[in-house]
Amino acid sequence: MIDTLLLTAYEAAELLRNREISGAELWEAYRRAIDERDGELHCFLHVCDDPGGDGIPLAVKDVIGTKGIPTTAGSKILEGYVPVYDATVVRRAKEDHGLRVLGKTNTDEFAMGSSTENSAFGPSRNPWDPSRVPGGSGGGSAAAVSAGLAPWALGSDTGGSIKQPSALCGNVGLRPTYGTVSRYGVVAFASSLDQIGPVAKTVRDCAYLYSIIAGRDDADSTTVELPQPVELPEAVDLKGLRVGIPKELNEADGIEPGVGEAVQAAIAKLEELGAEVGECSLPLSVEYGMPCYYLIAPAEASSNLARYDGVRFGYRADAAERLEMYERTRDEGFGDEVKRRIMVGTYALSAGYYGAYYGQAQKVRTVIKREHDALFETFDALVSPTSPTVAFPLGARAADPLAMYLCDLLTIPSCMAGLPGLNVPCGLSEGLPVGLQLIGPQFAENTLFRIGHALEQAIGFDPVPERLR
Amino acid sequence: MAIDREQLLHVAHLARLELREDELERLQGQLNDILEAVSKVSELDLADVPPTSHPLDVVNVWDMDEPRPCFSAEEALANAPEREGDFFKVPPGGAT
Repeated sequence: MIDTLLLTAYEAAELLRNREISGAELWEAYRRAIDERDGELHCFLHVCDDPGGDGIPLAVKDVIGTKGIPTTAGSKILEGYVPVYDATVVRRAKEDHGLRVLGKTNTDEFAMGSSTENSAFGPSRNPWDPSRVPGGSGGGSAAAVSAGLAPWALGSDTGGSIKQPSALCGNVGLRPTYGTVSRYGVVAFASSLDQIGPVAKTVRDCAYLYSIIAGRDDADSTTVELPQPVELPEAVDLKGLRVGIPKELNEADGIEPGVGEAVQAAIAKLEELGAEVGECSLPLSVEYGMPCYYLIAPAEASSNLARYDGVRFGYRADAAERLEMYERTRDEGFGDEVKRRIMVGTYALSAGYYGAYYGQAQKVRTVIKREHDALFETFDALVSPTSPTVAFPLGARAADPLAMYLCDLLTIPSCMAGLPGLNVPCGLSEGLPVGLQLIGPQFAENTLFRIGHALEQAIGFDPVPERLR
Repeated sequence: MAIDREQLLHVAHLARLELREDELERLQGQLNDILEAVSKVSELDLADVPPTSHPLDVVNVWDMDEPRPCFSAEEALANAPEREGDFFKVPPGGAT
C-alpha cells in the first residue's frame, strides 16, 4: 500500500526502478487520494487519465500550457481553451523524463493573488485547516503536494506565487533565478518577473524537479544555460557558508510573533550546523519593493493580457460590432483583480504618467538589485520569513486589495532583482506551518539546496498536515 | 493625484474594458488607494540611476534564419471562437 502523504518523488522513482510498484499502481494511488480529499480541498481544476508508462506523476499549475489538456489560468476568459502544444517545461518533463501529467492545479486568475480566492473556479483550501487559504497564486499546487494528491508539482512565481503558498502549506518551493527555466508555452503575467519552478515535499525532490526543467530553450530567448549542473544536496553541515539576516525583512511590520520565533529558531540551527550568521540591511528594498512591484507587474500584465480579445481563442461575448465585442468579452471574461491590475498598468503606462510611475519604478528596481548585489559580496545567502503570517481564514483579506498585496511584502524584493529563493518549512505557529526563505545571488540554486537540505534534516519538520496523520 | 471619472473611462477605453456602472464606482476608489500606495516610488531622487527592464545581462540573442516546422492552420484555428475557412471570423468593425 502506497501512502501518498509520505512518499517522496525520489522514493517513488526508486520503487519504480526496482519494480516494487508499477506505474499504474502509483498513478492509481494518487487518483485515490484525489478522489478522497480533493472534493474538500479543490486543488485541481482538471484531473487527467493515465497516459501510461512508468513515470512519476506531476501536477501542473494551470497557467502552464499542456497539449490536449485544458489550460485556463484560473480565468473564465480561457474556459474551454485546449492548447495545441506543450510548454517547454512540460515537454521536458514528459519526453526527457517520462513524467505523467496528473492534472492541472488551481490558481488565482492569471496568477494574480495570494490566496487562490481570485480563481474564477472557486478557491482551494489549506490541507492543515480547510477554513484557511493555501496561499497563492499557486495554492492548488502547494496544497496538492502537502495533501498527498501529487508527489510534486510545477508552479509559477512573479512576486511570491511559489514560495508563499509553500510556506502556508508547509512544503518546499523554489523560485529559480530569472532566465534559468523556459517560459515558452506559459500564460504570461509579467514577463520580466515570471519564473516557473518546482514544489515538493523535500529539498532533494525540489532540486530533482528543478534539474528536469532548467536550462536554455531556443523557444525562449531570455533563457540561459546553467553555469553549473544541479547538485542533489547531500551535506548536513554548513561549514564555510556565510548567511545574512536582513534586518528589514526580519523585523517588518506585520510579521506575526510565532512566525518570527520559528525563523529565529531556524537561524540558531544554521549556526549550530556551522554557518557564519551575521546581521545586514536592505534599507530601501523592503520599503520600496511593494510599490515598485505593483507598478511594474501590472504594467507588464496590461500589455500581456491585451491578447485576450475574443478573436483567436478563449471566451467571446456576443456583440454586433467588433470594438463592442472586445470590450464586452474582456469585461465579462476577466475577474475583479485582473481588471484592477490592467487598469493600474494601463494608467501607469499612459501618456503623461509613464515617467513618474513605470519609468521611476524601473529605476527603483535598479536600486533594489544593487542593494542585494552588495550583500552577496559578504554573504552566500540571506534568510527571512517567507510570509509575514501563517495561513489566514478564507475571506479575511479578499475585500481589501492592498491587504492582500502585503502577503508578498517579504518575497517581492528578491523577485525584482531576479534572484532565486527557496521556501523551507521551519516549524508551526498556532498549529500552522511557518516557512523561511533562503535567497541567493543569481544562479546560486545549489547553495540554497545545500542550506535548505541541511536545515530540513536538522529541524525534522513533519510535512504531513496534523489532521491527515 | 486622484483619478477622476473621466480619466477612469479613458483608461478603461485604452484597456478595451467595458466597465459596468457598479464596477466603475468600486474601481475608482480602489484604484485611487492603489495609486496612492505605489506613488511612494516618487519619494526617491533617482535622476542618475539607470532603469532596469530585465534582471539578466542578456543582449541580442541571435538565431539562424532557417525555416522550421510551425503550427498548421488547423492547429492555429483549433481554439477559434468563430472561423470561416482558414480565417478567424469577427463581427464587423464599428468605431475604434
